[in-house]
Amino acid sequence: MPMSQTIDFIIDGVEVSARPGQTILQAADEAGIYIPRLCAHKDLVPHGSCRICTVLVNGRPQSACTQPVAPGIVVQNDIEKLNNVRRNILDMLFVEGNHYCMFCEKSGNCELQALAYRFGIMAPKFPYQFPARDVDASHPDIYIDRNRCILCARCIRASRDLDGKHVFEFVGRGPEKRVAVNAEARLADTDVDVTDKALSICPVGALMRKRQGYADPIGRRRYDHQPIGSDIEAKRSATG
Amino acid sequence: MTTSNNLKRVIIEPVTRVEGHGKVSLLLDEHQQVKQARLHIVEFRGFERFIQGRLFWEVPVLVQRLCGICPVSHHVAAAKAMDRIVGGENLTPTARKMRLLMHHGQFFQSHALHFFHLSSPDLLFGFDADVAVRNVIGVAAKYPELAKQGILMRKYGQEVILATAGKKIHGTGAIPGGVNANLSIAQRDRLLQDIDQMITWSQGAVKVAKDYTVANLETLAPFGSFDSNHLSIVRQDGAYDIYDGGLRATDAEGNTIFDHADNQKYLDYIAEEVRPWSYMKFPFIKSLGPEQGWYRVGPLARVNNCDYFDTELAEAERREFMAVTDNKPNNITMAYHWARMIELLHSCEVMRNLLHDPDLQGEDLVVTGQRRGEAVGIIEAPRGTLFHHYKVDENDQVTMANLIVSTTSNNEPMNRAVRKVAQDHISGQEITEGLLNHIEVAIRAYDPCLSCATHAMGRMPLIVELYDHWGRLLDRKEKI
Repeated sequence: MPMSQTIDFIIDGVEVSARPGQTILQAADEAGIYIPRLCAHKDLVPHGSCRICTVLVNGRPQSACTQPVAPGIVVQNDIEKLNNVRRNILDMLFVEGNHYCMFCEKSGNCELQALAYRFGIMAPKFPYQFPARDVDASHPDIYIDRNRCILCARCIRASRDLDGKHVFEFVGRGPEKRVAVNAEARLADTDVDVTDKALSICPVGALMRKRQGYADPIGRRRYDHQPIGSDIEAKRSATG
Repeated sequence: MTTSNNLKRVIIEPVTRVEGHGKVSLLLDEHQQVKQARLHIVEFRGFERFIQGRLFWEVPVLVQRLCGICPVSHHVAAAKAMDRIVGGENLTPTARKMRLLMHHGQFFQSHALHFFHLSSPDLLFGFDADVAVRNVIGVAAKYPELAKQGILMRKYGQEVILATAGKKIHGTGAIPGGVNANLSIAQRDRLLQDIDQMITWSQGAVKVAKDYTVANLETLAPFGSFDSNHLSIVRQDGAYDIYDGGLRATDAEGNTIFDHADNQKYLDYIAEEVRPWSYMKFPFIKSLGPEQGWYRVGPLARVNNCDYFDTELAEAERREFMAVTDNKPNNITMAYHWARMIELLHSCEVMRNLLHDPDLQGEDLVVTGQRRGEAVGIIEAPRGTLFHHYKVDENDQVTMANLIVSTTSNNEPMNRAVRKVAQDHISGQEITEGLLNHIEVAIRAYDPCLSCATHAMGRMPLIVELYDHWGRLLDRKEKI
C-alpha cells in the first residue's frame, strides 16, 4: 500500500480520512472529533491504560489511542453506552485516590476534573477508598502529591522519551501500584528539573511546580469556560 | 449526667437560626433556680490537624472550607500569615486594596444575612411572638421592603466577593504575597451602579437597629447583659480597622489592658482554657487569668474599642451609639445588633471609596521577600478577632496550625448571656417556647458560627431537655 494513500473510515457517522499508521485517536483529533482520553497525550507514545478512549470498532471495544486506523472501519465514539463506561471509569478514579477538587491548585486546569464536568459527574457514586498516600515535597521546586495520582504514566513516558531521563517509574502491583522516583526515596535526590516536560504533562495535580498555587484566577483557567475537548471540536466546526 | 442533690438539668438542643450546631443545658436547684447554664458545642472536625503536611500556598484556599458563611475571613487571615511566610507582608497597593474590598464585601453580606435573615424576626415581632411568623418568611410577608433590602444587600456583598475572589463562596483571590487578579473596569462599573443604593439601605438598617434598641432600652439593657473586657484589632492611630492593626484590649470601663500588641506575639497576651464539657475552648487574656480575663469580640467590642471610624456616616453613628453609655464601653448584649449595623454602613462606605480608587486596576499584584518558617495572621472577621498561626518547614509543608476563631472568643460571654437569661426567665419544670427563644435571642446577638468555632459540620438546631436531680427527663423541646 503506497504511503500517500489515505484511509477512509467512519466515526459516529462522519467520514474521516486518515494517513496510514495513524491511530483512531490521532485521526479523530485531526478531523475535529473529540474522543475523551486521560493517559494519551499527543507528544507521548500511546499507553492504552486508562481506557477512557475506548471506542467500538465494528462493534468491538478498542482503545482509540492504540488502535491503528483501517479502511472502512465503523467507529462508534459518542454513544450513551460508551459514555456510561467512561463515567464509571472516572467515578472509580475519583474514589480510588484522594481528589479534593475544592482546594486542589490544579482545579480548573485539571483534565480529570474537566472530564467529570464534561460527563456531568457532580458527585461520586462509589464509596471513597481514602487510601493512605504520601506527599513528597523534598525537592525545592517540585512536589509529588500521590493522593492525586491516577497512574496514567504520562510523567514516566515524558521523562524517559522527551526529557531523556528516567526520573519516574511504577512500582508495586494492583492497589499498591504507585509512581516511584529514581532514587533511594526522595524526589530531591533525582535529576528532575522544573524545566522537564514531565512536569507540565501531568493531567492532574500530582506532579506540580511549587509555589504556583492559585496564580491563575478563577475565570481564566483552562476549562473555566469551555469543556475539555472543545479545542479539538472547534477544528471541525471551523471547517464545517 | 452530673446532677447533684436537688438539682434538675434542662437541655436546649439544637439552637436555631445560628450557624452550626449547639446545645444548651440548664441545671436547676430544688427551688427552680438556675444553678448552672452551659452552651455546649458537641461536634469536632479538626482542621488544625489535617492541614499538617499540606503545602503552605494551599492553606488560604483550604482553611476557608471551615465555613460557608464567612469563608473570606479564613481566606484572608491565612493569606496574611502566608504573606509573612514568603516575606511578602508589605503588599502592593493593588493587592492590599483588592483584599480590603473582598473583606468588606464579606462583612457586608455576613452582617446583612445575620441581621435580616436570622435576627430581625425577633426584633420585629418580639421574642414571644408566634413561632409560625417569627422567621424570615414572616418578615417578608409583613415587611416586604425590608426583607427585599436584606436579600439584595447580601447579594451585593456576594457580588463584591465574586469580583475579588473569583467565586461567591470559596474563591482563590488572596495568594501568598498578594492577589491573583485586579478589578476590571467592567466589574468596577457594575458594582458602582448599585453602591449608592446600598449606602442608603445601610443607613436604613442602622436606623432600624438603633430605633429598636433605643425604644426598648429599658428591657434590652439587662437582657443577657454583663460587664466584660473587649478585644479587637485597631489601626496604629486608633481607628477602626478589620484588616490590619495591633490588638487592643479594654475592660468594661474602657481602661486599657494592652494596646497595639504585636500580632506575631499574640500568645504572650492570649491563652486558651479547655473545659471537659465542650469542644470549644475558652480563650482569656493571660495577664488577667481565666477567671477575669475572658472577653467579648465582634461588632460590640470593635465599636467600643476603636477611637473613631474613618468614614463620615459610620463615625456619626458611632458617636450616637457611644452617647447612650456616656462614651463608656457599651456592655449590653442586645447592642451587638446596633453595632453590627454601624459596621455594615462603614463597610459600604469603604467599598464605595475603594471602587473609586484607580489602584484597584493596578497590575502589580504579588511581592515576595525573605522566607520565614512561622507566621501569624490576625484580622477582624464579622464575628470578631480571628487568629491564624502556622509553622512551615523547609519543604514548604505546614507542620503546625493554631486557629482561634471569633466565636471561640465569645464562648464565655455567650455562656454568661445564657445563664443571665435563664436566671431571669425560667420558671417551673416545663420548657416554654418563650424561654427557648429568649435563650436563643441572647446567643444570636453574638452571631455565633459554631460550625466554625469547633470546625464542626452540620446544621444547627436547638434542643432543650429538662432533667430532675435524679437524671430523669422531665421535658424536652426540639427546634429545627
